[in-house]
Amino acid sequence: MSLILSSAPHIRTGNTTARLMGNVLIALAPCAAAGVYFFGLRAAIVLAVSTASAVLAEFVWQKLARQKVRISDLSAAVTGLLIGLIVSPTVPWWTVMIGSFFAIIVVKQLFGGVGDNFLNPALAARAVLLASWPTRLTSHPAVGFNVVDTASSATPLASMKGISLNDLLFGQVGGAIGETCKIAILVGLLYLLITRTISWRIPVITVGSAFLFNLAVSGSLNDSITCILSGGLLFGAVFMATDYATSPMQSYAQTIYSVLIGVITVVIRRWGVYPEGVTYAILIANIVAPLLDRFIPQKIYGVTGKKKEVKA
Amino acid sequence: MSTAEKKQGLGKVFMNGILDENPTFRLVLGTCPTLATTTSATNGFGMGLSVTFVLLCSNIVISLLRKFIPDKVRIPSFIVVIAAFVTILKLLLQAYVPSLYSSLGIFLPLIVVNCIILARAEAFASKHPVVESAVDGLGMGLGFTIALTLIGSIREILGSGSIFGIGIFGDSFEPMLILVLASGGFLSYGILLGIINAITNHNRKAKLEKGEN
Repeated sequence: MSLILSSAPHIRTGNTTARLMGNVLIALAPCAAAGVYFFGLRAAIVLAVSTASAVLAEFVWQKLARQKVRISDLSAAVTGLLIGLIVSPTVPWWTVMIGSFFAIIVVKQLFGGVGDNFLNPALAARAVLLASWPTRLTSHPAVGFNVVDTASSATPLASMKGISLNDLLFGQVGGAIGETCKIAILVGLLYLLITRTISWRIPVITVGSAFLFNLAVSGSLNDSITCILSGGLLFGAVFMATDYATSPMQSYAQTIYSVLIGVITVVIRRWGVYPEGVTYAILIANIVAPLLDRFIPQKIYGVTGKKKEVKA
Repeated sequence: MSTAEKKQGLGKVFMNGILDENPTFRLVLGTCPTLATTTSATNGFGMGLSVTFVLLCSNIVISLLRKFIPDKVRIPSFIVVIAAFVTILKLLLQAYVPSLYSSLGIFLPLIVVNCIILARAEAFASKHPVVESAVDGLGMGLGFTIALTLIGSIREILGSGSIFGIGIFGDSFEPMLILVLASGGFLSYGILLGIINAITNHNRKAKLEKGEN
């Protein structure tokens, strides 16, 4: 019997970055499939370009910086696919390409690579694209199956009135490629929960707080259900807010972080100049996350809440 | 001191402001006008030259007065001198270059509190003779101008598809609007700063390795 001396941790799970990111990719598959189904070939091209250019950017950067090439950990692929899923299906391919390059090089690699980024790379890229080409990003194709070239509404949320909840649930509405079909997002969420890739806390509290806050200020149940089923709230709560690197680590901090996202989203939607606020809400919460981790007392394993009296 | 030595010294003082102690990229001074006025190459260049003018004049005058200004009231005295030149500059621009005057806006009078100018007055002009102070002011001012024109050019090329107001890409180019917004200023300044730091560190390392061998 050979004894090996090593430092903690002594018990390891089989979880690697590649496996977790693989799980996220699998969970994103229904959303991507629904997006391609609703928006056609154009959506497939956007997704392919965004994913490929993110992986390419990571590869080229790590080669140039003489780092170990880590594209096989799939984190760049996840970032790229997420970017494709949160833009309108009508955006030109070069827009998502610039978005992917920005996400990987500026937001991720310049801050130290996987796990060291302080903002969600995909969302930061979306914010940059939104500020750079506002009309490209906010012209969504109209409602319906494969009707890509019909008149486009200014924003999906601006023309939300008169759309049935059923259409919202199945994705027969305008919007970004991955965010419209709520059923696909819920399937993805279920997969992530079963494989324990994420915990229920952040997605449930984010959506729940948005619902309750909207109910409190609008007083309308119908309006609140529309609020959580429309736009990118559900997608953001499941796939963006739960990003390991940019969300807090402790459960109390995660609760505050999630409530912050839900409330800011509703505030921006109701009173802001932008029709959709999920992107900015999550980015703001990302910035607050390290502070929350720092100022909320840490629960230390094996220490109970009661203070033990120490005999002098 | 022989004339040859003095000349070399002045050259060094001049280049110091452009390279080793570039106010924008090495000292990171005057970031407020750097971020705010570099939305186009013309604006950056105009701001740079304005600061160069004030810096040159204030360095000369402060250097001349350095033995008369009591130590306790030196900062207010510097500010009075600087403010006088900023007022002259403001009136001149308003009269002869009204377009630049209106695009620089509030940042023109704010040159009074530009920390590059105050820093050079405090750190250099109040301790050195007139000629050196003038050369230092010119070097620092040109360093600032080069940096602002560089940032302004990058932001204008990508953010409006033109350089010094002349379109270069044609109509099919869709400019990246964020670069002419405030956030684009932070982004491009930060990235340029990073690139220049990386080059400097690389050169320093190469020099050290050469020295060791």
